[in-house]
Amino acid sequence: MSRTSLFLPLGLFLLMAFMLWRGFALNDPHELPSALLNQPLPDFQKTRLADGAPVARQDLLGAPFLLNVWATWCPTCKAEHAELNRIAARYAVPLVGVNYKDDGPAARAWLARYGDPYRLSVVDEDGSLGIELGVYGAPETFIVDGNGIIRYKRVGAVDRRVWEAEIRPVLRNLGLALEEPPA
Amino acid sequence: MNRMALRALLGAALLAFGTASFAAIDTYAFETAAEEARYKALIDELRCPKCLNTNLSGSDSPISADLRRTVATMVQAGKGDEEIREYLLARYGDFILYRPRVMPATYVLWFGPALLFLLALVFVARLVLRQREEAVPAPLSPEEQAALERLSQAVGENSKA
Repeated sequence: MSRTSLFLPLGLFLLMAFMLWRGFALNDPHELPSALLNQPLPDFQKTRLADGAPVARQDLLGAPFLLNVWATWCPTCKAEHAELNRIAARYAVPLVGVNYKDDGPAARAWLARYGDPYRLSVVDEDGSLGIELGVYGAPETFIVDGNGIIRYKRVGAVDRRVWEAEIRPVLRNLGLALEEPPA
Repeated sequence: MNRMALRALLGAALLAFGTASFAAIDTYAFETAAEEARYKALIDELRCPKCLNTNLSGSDSPISADLRRTVATMVQAGKGDEEIREYLLARYGDFILYRPRVMPATYVLWFGPALLFLLALVFVARLVLRQREEAVPAPLSPEEQAALERLSQAVGENSKA
């Protein structure tokens, strides 16, 4: 055996260490890379939760907005609801809800009880819009720019940290002022 | 009597738990057996996006049921397998495919095993060749050669005497 081949086990060890390090650095295997990033918001024809009036993709476009997929059966949606209310009250960014596979009356009662941060909620009773959006677990939050292109996707609750570190900078880049209101 | 009761209990248990392994028992009407076979093959090789290690056919999650319905509708509408895969891929990303596409990020996955096998072959071949070389006795060094000649001369003189 030549002298250099004595280093073979060390090389193998370093290779394994590197791969394990990379492997464990994937902090959440549930987090899927979004296929829809920088893709247009899918087309849809749905109704509004509040009054059943028709609403389509075209009606939402014009300025950047947050699209939040929620349901009354989803505990995490409840957990993030206060933060959504706070964002809607303090910052000039419209929120659009997608009421995902939910019961209409229950959803309206829920918004009446916990507050309604949404400019409007789109009813997605059969989950077809959810499939178009690649939704696999509510809540999910998208940032859609004025041209209807998806710029950001978050699976899981939006909390203060996510808002400050991820959502707000993206919205700023899209040209929203998002000034802190005077105290 | 006791035996009867036991049988009844076993029967009840089977009824209660026996279906647990068949998560997907939706019934979709397909026009041909080929369509149904395609549907089954697709939901077997598409992955439930909510679960880490279950295919669509094996998952009870609502999203899997929705996606099975989507696949069934697309099969019924005469869409090709590739078209259906592309549709889900565009929405859920590569995660949805249990059979990864061949692309630079998956080269290691696709070709790694073959490469490792080749490496192993080379390793074994070298090992075998070396052992063969060692089986041939090493030639004598000059000192050894000299000693041998001296000894054989001495033996030759002894035998003459």
